[in-house]
Amino acid sequence: MPLVLERRQERSAAIAVISPLLAIALTFATMAVVFAAIGKNPLYALYVYFVEPLTDGYTLSELVVKATPLVMIGVGLALCYIANVWNIGAEGQFTIGAVAGSWIAVATNGTNAGHWVLPAMLAAGTVAGALYAMIPAICKVRFGASEILTSLMLVYVADFFMDYLVRGPWRDPHGMNFPTTADFDPVATVPTLFDGSRVHAGSIAALIVVMLAAVILGRTIKGFEIRLVGAAPRAARFAGFNANQLVVFTFAISGALAGLAGIIEVAGPIGHLQPGISPGYGFTAIIVAFLGRLNPVGVLIAGLFLALTFIGGESAQIALKVPLDLTKVIQGILLFYVLACDSLIVYRVRFIAPQPRAATGSA
Amino acid sequence: MIVEAIILSVIAASTPLLIAAAGELIVERSGVLNLGVEGMMIMGAACGFAGAYFSGSTIAGALCGIAAGTAMAFVFAALTLGLAVNQVATGLALTILGVGLSGLIGAAYVGQGITPAPHLYIPLLTDLPLIGRILFGQDAFVYVSAALIGGIWWFLYRTRAGLILRAVGDNHASAHALGYPVLRIRLCAVLFGGACAGLAGAYLPLAYTPFFIPGMTAGRGWIALALVVFSSWRPIRLVGGAYLFGAVSILQLHAQALGLGIPSQLMSSLPYLATVIVLVLISRTRATAGSAAPASLGMVFVPDR
Repeated sequence: MPLVLERRQERSAAIAVISPLLAIALTFATMAVVFAAIGKNPLYALYVYFVEPLTDGYTLSELVVKATPLVMIGVGLALCYIANVWNIGAEGQFTIGAVAGSWIAVATNGTNAGHWVLPAMLAAGTVAGALYAMIPAICKVRFGASEILTSLMLVYVADFFMDYLVRGPWRDPHGMNFPTTADFDPVATVPTLFDGSRVHAGSIAALIVVMLAAVILGRTIKGFEIRLVGAAPRAARFAGFNANQLVVFTFAISGALAGLAGIIEVAGPIGHLQPGISPGYGFTAIIVAFLGRLNPVGVLIAGLFLALTFIGGESAQIALKVPLDLTKVIQGILLFYVLACDSLIVYRVRFIAPQPRAATGSA
Repeated sequence: MIVEAIILSVIAASTPLLIAAAGELIVERSGVLNLGVEGMMIMGAACGFAGAYFSGSTIAGALCGIAAGTAMAFVFAALTLGLAVNQVATGLALTILGVGLSGLIGAAYVGQGITPAPHLYIPLLTDLPLIGRILFGQDAFVYVSAALIGGIWWFLYRTRAGLILRAVGDNHASAHALGYPVLRIRLCAVLFGGACAGLAGAYLPLAYTPFFIPGMTAGRGWIALALVVFSSWRPIRLVGGAYLFGAVSILQLHAQALGLGIPSQLMSSLPYLATVIVLVLISRTRATAGSAAPASLGMVFVPDR
């Protein structure tokens, strides 16, 4: 083979910084080819997707709204993936968090309840997300069941559960038979920050989450434990760290963040519980975590970028008449390039000249 | 006859699971964990339907499905084998890409119809009571799935190549030291797995329901992955697992039709809950009996020179 991988002496710091940018550039190039293939002007299409949303105040605020759940979930997933724990069911934890918080909103709807409602909802969503995430974690540490498969299966279960609630017991009696709860009361709604935009207090919460995670990961024993268990499990065992406890811990944290993001989403921009509360935030957050190099501050930037693909996708649907699924294609291609470029941090690709036949032939 | 109808529908529901899981079993036996089965399947479904729609032939559709699955698997192989990228993350990327791309390709075909795959008919044999239609009246996919399992069993346990494949999966360093081309063997295994997943996906719009809906695989690729664990990486046990899951998904449909007062959503989530429960049970017994997983499963291999 003329192309071989060779392990570097040490991780390349330069490529660690360049790699996400390179991945984004390669994604742009690939998408230009795709747009040309389906008969759209590539430059204009890229402009609609990635530049136009940044030129308008309304779409900029929508960017923040969409980035909020992505960043919150992405930070939790990054903690998991650093520790080599594979929670891929954040979408389900998001849904369960939304359901648990909505339960309080539905129960108090129209009862003149006080200002305790919203904090209670947020707490319920966070706790429910954490508990739901601990199911695969406990199946993993107690029974050795693959957390990848169990956490994903629970996404479908959570979806059906919410579907049952909004079509059955929680359906708005005045909702013309639509599968949705009644609109939440003002005391059960996350306040917006500015008049005329949907940017809400949850975005500040996401920033706090990023800062806390950065401090925990970089400055505390727990953060050291997470990094060590992921990078050198044997050494971590000798250091006395319990890998099983860490599986439960990282799952609980990421589930809590996903659940919190879920209840903030329904109590904020959406305002009621209904099917389709998430355009796949839980799965896109996986890409956010990797694009952000599993670093909380990186996740913040990556979350904004992937939010851009959602907003750009919506405007491209109108301006270019392309299907919404194109956004998922962009996200998938981006993840491929991120992973491929990350490989270059640890390995270097070398060309080996094919050896002359006489040298390798049996003499 | 109700019993015959139920058995026929169980076979139909089990076949895609069995084909996809059979391919993944070979992939995992070679030491590679490809979590992108769902993505390869849904691409097989979209491309398979497109192929059958244009050609009017089930075989052409199935071939398109196989080609799509193989192409997706090649992307996976290029990253995980060529660039030594983490297999879990790449498999997830493959699924995300497959779901998006299939929606893009399949959008034009939603609501279109095709002639479903023909069923075998042998005079007299197919007319036999009870067993006639079950044994001699299926579509080609069902017979292919049976041949696939038999072939895989024979390959793994009765051929030299199968032994080498298992050796590569159990200890890639030793296999490499013995001079076997680890990465090339894994490439073949991954491509075979992609072809199977593509065929399994194509089965859904070509035979199971003769139309295409976006996301019609509905997690079957993930269930196929769980089945491989359930089977302890053995082809014969895979058949039992696939039919068990086919039966659960049919059971919930029949129970919904009877209207027992159980919420339909609870019944619909049964196959997914069953997967979790089965994984827990099977992993628990294995914790005492030692793991059956290929020892190098999911590990990156970079040949030194």
